[in-house]
Amino acid sequence: MTMIFGVPLPALMGQLLVGLINGSFYALLSLGLAVIFGLLRVINFAHGAFYMLGAFAAWMLLAYAGIGYWGALVLAPLIVGVAGMAIERLMLRRLYGLDHLYGLLFTFGLALLLEGTFRHFFGTSGQPYAAPEALRGATNLGFMVLPNYRGWVVAASLVICLGTWAVIEKTSIGAYLRAATENATLVQAFGVNVPVLLTVTYGFGCALAGIAGVLAAPVFQVSPLMGSNLIIVVFAVVVIGGMGSILGAIVTGYMLGIVEGLCKVFYPEAANIVVFVIMAIVLLLRPAGLFGKDS
Amino acid sequence: MKNLKTIILSTVFTLSATAAFAEPYRIGVLTDMSGMNFDLAGQGAVVAAQMAVEDFGGKLLGETVEVIVGDHQNKPDVGSTLARTWIDSQNVVAVVDVPTSSVAMAVQEITRQTDTAFLISTAGSSALTGEACSPSTAQWTWDTFAMANGTGRAMTLEGAKKWYFITVDYTFGHALEADTTQAVLAAGGEVVGSVRHPRETTDFSSYILQAQASGADVIALANSSGDTMTALKQMQEYGVTDAGQKIAGMLLFLTDVQGVGLDIAKGLTLTTAFYWDMDEQTREWSARYSERMDGKKPTMVHAGVYSAVTNYLKAAEKAGEASSGSKVMETMRGMDINDFFNRNAYLREDGRVIHDMFLVRVKTPEESRAAGDLYEVLATIPGKEAFASVENSACPLVKK
Repeated sequence: MTMIFGVPLPALMGQLLVGLINGSFYALLSLGLAVIFGLLRVINFAHGAFYMLGAFAAWMLLAYAGIGYWGALVLAPLIVGVAGMAIERLMLRRLYGLDHLYGLLFTFGLALLLEGTFRHFFGTSGQPYAAPEALRGATNLGFMVLPNYRGWVVAASLVICLGTWAVIEKTSIGAYLRAATENATLVQAFGVNVPVLLTVTYGFGCALAGIAGVLAAPVFQVSPLMGSNLIIVVFAVVVIGGMGSILGAIVTGYMLGIVEGLCKVFYPEAANIVVFVIMAIVLLLRPAGLFGKDS
Repeated sequence: MKNLKTIILSTVFTLSATAAFAEPYRIGVLTDMSGMNFDLAGQGAVVAAQMAVEDFGGKLLGETVEVIVGDHQNKPDVGSTLARTWIDSQNVVAVVDVPTSSVAMAVQEITRQTDTAFLISTAGSSALTGEACSPSTAQWTWDTFAMANGTGRAMTLEGAKKWYFITVDYTFGHALEADTTQAVLAAGGEVVGSVRHPRETTDFSSYILQAQASGADVIALANSSGDTMTALKQMQEYGVTDAGQKIAGMLLFLTDVQGVGLDIAKGLTLTTAFYWDMDEQTREWSARYSERMDGKKPTMVHAGVYSAVTNYLKAAEKAGEASSGSKVMETMRGMDINDFFNRNAYLREDGRVIHDMFLVRVKTPEESRAAGDLYEVLATIPGKEAFASVENSACPLVKK
């Protein structure tokens, strides 16, 4: 059997694929964060809570309304997105003129509030949520058994990430968005309703977290803590990619998933710090992040 | 003006002095009120302690008894600081529960120094009554040795000889793996490998792939609550049991089994100190507990907290002394501590409470008749076989 650094090749291939799957979640979540930061300049600490909200929305739709996975994949992000827009409109909006720290503190508090509320009603053990019938089972790829659902996660997240990137970089709506990021007053002078643009962008960023939550529901426990377990890594991803860089968030998300996967084979004990070690190195060498523009 | 200030200050001092005099005895439930152990211990442990105090009449040696609660956030420094403050300034005479072995270890140092009773229900490292033992501690419910010995032995004897461990990387996981390895080797099995993962891991795929490639008969999960549930769920995704490997959950609480659902947990063999549906006594207590917990069933930890607090109160009353933990434990050693939770039970000199343990199997969804109907009891493991024998104890308190 071919060996690479003492690890059989099939095992390595398996780990690479697993890394790609985790990277999908990182990419989806950091994409939403990057979109929000890019336009609103808000460091959205509530992102993990919105991700959790997406998973819970899927579970509740099934438990109380009998709506299955595919319905939830459309409805749950909508619900989360609308919730996000309401929060932006009613509360977050008031903090735009102030220091970034206020937005950070507000979203952090919001995350604690949401998590606490769900913990109170649902406990921390989590709720079981099964994968849809069509995606159950696993396919033998020769070097590993790939659960079909995981394959779907990779495909779905790739499509969503690339779609989002295309909308922002290639369409006129995206152009307004990017322009508003550069100079909001000027864009407003051209007759674009910037406040609505901000609301919709925040809602969209939250909806992305919601989609990630629905995708995660059958893989992880649907638990109030699921967001806070993941969000720290996602923030590291955004910092490494460069705050506000859409492409940076996507590429870094997948890349770090793979690095983490490899680390689990060669030195498992370091798997949960490797992301932060990379973050420290990147910040030392390129403070604006790998894809960030120096301001 | 100056006079007025002096009068006010002295009044305040006198009042606080008298208040300190008549301060009630407090029982401090130090638990996880916000993290992944919230369901298996948390609020339920608080309710169980309150039930114990109420059933005892709410008074100890003529003074009122109060239950207070602290959240240690699964951090040893937070836990030990809270315990220290409680004991020094709030007249806490017993610290109860304390999930997470690393926190329990830190708290045990405080209770040892201050000679305060430490009633452990959730923390399970066998080192707490081994090399780190303390004269004022009683480890009530379970320990890693008992789990390892129950499940590890039973499964090896059934023919699952080759073991692979997925172990959480801290005190508790290490102890559970070491204890299980011993039990497996003693029963004629072997360990073919192990991998360590950080606490609160969200993805176990890498570890599962490595375990699948190891060629082991059994993949043993030496972790707890959130980690165990995620691992179980993802092992099903990767078709572990379909490929012929068995899964051993070395520590599974009732809430974990409920959390993953019977579809995934069905058929698992596990060891437990308590199951609510064993006989009249357990059902009677559990019904009272459920009434106060929105219908939730108690875990072994909750029942253990009730039993520990009740017996502490009895022993303190008998000893005529609440604040010296070691004296209360000394008295308890000479007492009958059997109740609905403790069967054939006694408190050993190293602080280990010896009682019967139970080997159970998780029911299939078809077998389960109601929401909490989860286990079938396969065998009773007599206390003497379940826990490590005192002869091999590393505890310095054991006279040899």
